[in-house]
Amino acid sequence: MSKKIYLIVLFNLIRLISNAQTNTSKPIDFMNSEGKIFVVVAVVLVILFGLFYYVWRLDKKISKLEKSKN
Amino acid sequence: MFRKPWWKILSFILLVYVCVAGFLIKVPQPPGVPLQQTIRNLFFHVPMWFGMMVLFTVSVIYSIKYLQNPTQINDANSFEFAKTGVLLGLLGFITGMIWANYQWGKPISGDPKQIGAAIAVLIYLAYFVLRGNVVDEKKARISAVYNIFAFCMLFPSIWIMPRLVESLHPGGMGSEGNPALNPKDSNAAMKLVFWPAVIGWTLFATWITTLNIRARLLFEKMHN
Repeated sequence: MSKKIYLIVLFNLIRLISNAQTNTSKPIDFMNSEGKIFVVVAVVLVILFGLFYYVWRLDKKISKLEKSKN
Repeated sequence: MFRKPWWKILSFILLVYVCVAGFLIKVPQPPGVPLQQTIRNLFFHVPMWFGMMVLFTVSVIYSIKYLQNPTQINDANSFEFAKTGVLLGLLGFITGMIWANYQWGKPISGDPKQIGAAIAVLIYLAYFVLRGNVVDEKKARISAVYNIFAFCMLFPSIWIMPRLVESLHPGGMGSEGNPALNPKDSNAAMKLVFWPAVIGWTLFATWITTLNIRARLLFEKMHN
């Protein structure tokens, strides 16, 4: 079941990527507008989310240690 | 005090806002000013210095507290805040070098503000060397005293000296100008991103610092 979902996602991703390369003549969508600055915003947001998630997990881990030591 | 998470969430929300608005708002591009889009570095490079200053101030307060009341917690607080402060200082310096490379032609071009910041950060680096080399019970006391000295040296090196001479930084007009930002390059919309950026980055750095403090206290508890 999970393999099936994985394959569906994969094929859709491939379809999306190949679409992105061919539709230059079509009207530009949100991510391709404004000189593609939204792509940079998306990248920076992913980094920021990852960074905060990491620090959040570290916080939880230290809290757990503190509880076990007291 | 460190565990109430509202300010951690606040720093996250502010930084998400900064990373979106910082790229999307329209920035003023007055004729004759070569900054162009790089003025957006105001939301990322400058908050490093503001954050550094806040963390060093907190650090020196804990150093003074340590001298009045020598507890392990005061020492850990002052050391870890100084450590993260130096990290922000180094990040500010590196990002400044990248910016300067495209704005002034070279990463380091003898700008007084740049040299002053380098001196200030080096003085703090000596604090870690000192701390690493004193082993007896005087370690915390000596480093607290040195930390107060290092904090005092921030004032001539980054606050006074760059204001006395001509600077490459925008707004530098010798003793007439503030060599950090020319008010003409900025506008009200940019201030609405800049101040949340300062608060957001500072809170995030504080969060990392509190994790370091808690890990240090745990470590010391385990080894005693």
